[in-house]
Amino acid sequence: MTEAVIEARGLCNRFGSQSVHENLDLDLYRGEILAVVGGSGSGKSVLLRSIIGLRRPNEGTVKVFGQDLATLDENQRSLVERRFGVLFQKGALFSSLTVTENVALPLIEHAGLSRADAEHLAGVKLALAGLPISAADKYPASLSGGMIKRAALARALALDPDILFLDEPTAGLDPIGAAAFDQLILTLRDALGLSVFLITHDLDTLYTITDRVAVLSQKKVLVAGPLAEVEQTVDPWIHEYFHGPRGRAAEDAALRARQER
Amino acid sequence: MTAPSATLDTRQQPTRLRIAGDWTLAHYASLKRECERLRDQYGDETLADLSQLGRLDTAGASLLAELLGSERLSRCSDELPDASRALLKNVYCSVQDYCIPVKEPEQPVLLLLLARIGRAVDQLWQDTAQVLGFIGLILQTLFLRLFQPHRWRVTPVVAHLEQTGLDAAPIVALLTFLVGAVVAFLGATVLADFGATIFTVDLVAFSFLREFAVLLTAILMAGRTASAFTAQIGSMKANEEIDAIRTLGLNPIELLVVPRVLALLIALPLLTFVAMLCGMIGGAVVCALTLDISPAMFLSLLQSDIGVQHFLVGMAKAPFFAFLIAAIGCLEGFKVSGSAESVGAHTTSAVVQSIFVVIVLDAVAALFFMEMGW
Repeated sequence: MTEAVIEARGLCNRFGSQSVHENLDLDLYRGEILAVVGGSGSGKSVLLRSIIGLRRPNEGTVKVFGQDLATLDENQRSLVERRFGVLFQKGALFSSLTVTENVALPLIEHAGLSRADAEHLAGVKLALAGLPISAADKYPASLSGGMIKRAALARALALDPDILFLDEPTAGLDPIGAAAFDQLILTLRDALGLSVFLITHDLDTLYTITDRVAVLSQKKVLVAGPLAEVEQTVDPWIHEYFHGPRGRAAEDAALRARQER
Repeated sequence: MTAPSATLDTRQQPTRLRIAGDWTLAHYASLKRECERLRDQYGDETLADLSQLGRLDTAGASLLAELLGSERLSRCSDELPDASRALLKNVYCSVQDYCIPVKEPEQPVLLLLLARIGRAVDQLWQDTAQVLGFIGLILQTLFLRLFQPHRWRVTPVVAHLEQTGLDAAPIVALLTFLVGAVVAFLGATVLADFGATIFTVDLVAFSFLREFAVLLTAILMAGRTASAFTAQIGSMKANEEIDAIRTLGLNPIELLVVPRVLALLIALPLLTFVAMLCGMIGGAVVCALTLDISPAMFLSLLQSDIGVQHFLVGMAKAPFFAFLIAAIGCLEGFKVSGSAESVGAHTTSAVVQSIFVVIVLDAVAALFFMEMGW
C-alpha cells in the first residue's frame, strides 16, 4: 500500500453522555476510493466532519498529509483545506449565487483567476460533472436534487483537490444518473490521482467503484479492507448488510457488468 | 515542478505544437495567454507533441482541449499515460458540451426604467389583490367556525396570545413611557414661551389617547409579530409542512392563520391600553419633575379636559391594525418559496408592508374622525 493521506488515530466523539466513536482508527491511502458504510446514526457524517476539521474530536488526532489540522495556525490550515474537495449531503451550494458563480468563487478567491476565466473554467467543471448548460445561470433553489449534487461536485472539484470527500453522493439520484456519477468519480480519480473518502448507502456504488470498504459499527471501524475481505467478516450486521436481498442483487449486477466488459 | 509551455516548432513540416511542463491551475492565467497568442499561428495540418507533458489537471486539460481540438487530440494522445488521456478525453467532451450562453444585448436605460416601473405597478396591483383575497379567506373561515364552537382551537390562540401579547407588554410599556416623557418635554419647552405649560397635560393625554399609543403599539407589533408570523409560517412552507397539512385534509388557514389573527386581535387592544397608561405616566412624571404639576393635579386636569371619546377613537383603531398586521404577516409566510433566503426576504417584506399599511390607515382614520368631529 502507498502512503496514507489521512490517518485518524484513537478518535473519540461524544455528544453529552452519548458516545458516537470510541478509539476509532482509520486510514485513507493515496489514490484509493474508500467507502465508509454503517447503519443510520453510526456516526459516518460525524467522522467526516472530524476529519475535515469542522468538529474537534473529544480525543484522538487526525493527520492530513502528515499534519495535524488542530495544531496548525489559520493560514497553514487554509492551505491544507484547499486540497480538500467536499461534497455535502445536501450540496450546500450558496443560495445567493448562481451555479456558475458557486463554482467560480473558490477559483477567484484562491487561484486568483479573473472573473471571466473563472466562470469559463467553472463552466468546464460543470459540464464535467454532467450539468446541462441551461442550468449554469440558475440559482440553487430552482435546481432538482440531482442537479444540485452535480453542481456541488463541480464546486468540490474547483481547485483540483487531492482528497475528495463525498457524503452520500448518489442518494437521491436516478439509477442512470447514479451510475454516471460513479463512473465520473472513477475517471476523475484515475485522471487526477484523487483520494476519495466516500460515505454511501448505495450498494451498487460499493460494488462498482470502491477499492476498500470501512464498516463503522459499535463505535469504531469494525473492519476495513477490500470488499471481498469485508464481506466475509463474521458479524451479524455485516452479514445482513452484504448478504441481504439488496446486497446480493447489487453483487450479482456488478458481476454481470464485469463479465459483459 | 516544471514550468509549463506551449511552443510552435516550425522547423519541421508539418509544424508541431510542443506541449511541455505541468499544465495545472496554478499556471492557468499565463497558459491561457500563451494559448491565445498561438491560436492564429497554426493551421489544420499542425501536429501536436505531448511527450513532454508533466502533470495535468482539469484546468490545464480544458486549455489543452481548446487549443488542440478533437482530431489532434485523438492522434497524439497515445503518447500520454492512461490517466491523462482519460482526463483529456472527458474534459474535451465537456468543453464541447459547454458553450458560453449568449448574453442578451443590453437595452436602453429608459426602456429598462419603464419596464421596471411597469413591473412594479403590476406587482403592487397583484399584491393588493392577494391581500384582499387573503383577508376574504380569513373572514370566511372565521365566520364559518364561529358557529361551530366544538371546532374552536383555543390552545393555539392562548399560546399565540402569550407570545404576541404578554411577552410584548414590557417593551411596549417601556417605549411608550419614554415617548410620553419626550412629548411632555417638548410641550413644556414650547408652551413655556406662552406661559401655558399647564396644557402639557392636555398635549400628552390627547396625543396618546388618540394616536400615539395605538400607532406605536401597532408599529412595534408589525416589527415583532408580523415578522414572527412570516418566519414561522414561511419555514413551515419551505419545509413542505403546509403541503403536508393540505394532504392530510386539513385547512392551513384554519390551523395556522385563524389562531394567530385572533390572538393579535385580542393582544393589540390590550397592549394599546397599556401603551396609553404608560405614555401618560411618562408625561405625568415629567410634569411632576419639571413643571411642578403634581400627579393629583394631572389626574384632575385629565378628568376635566379630556373626554372619553378620545379614548374610544384610539381604541377603535386597534382591532383593524391587528387584523391587517396578522393577515399580512401570515400571507407573506405563505408566499415563501423553498429556500431559506426567501424566508428572510418575505419577513422583511411583511414588516415593511404592515408598517406602511398601519400608517396609511391611521392617516385616513385621523381625517375621518376629524371630519366627523369626534
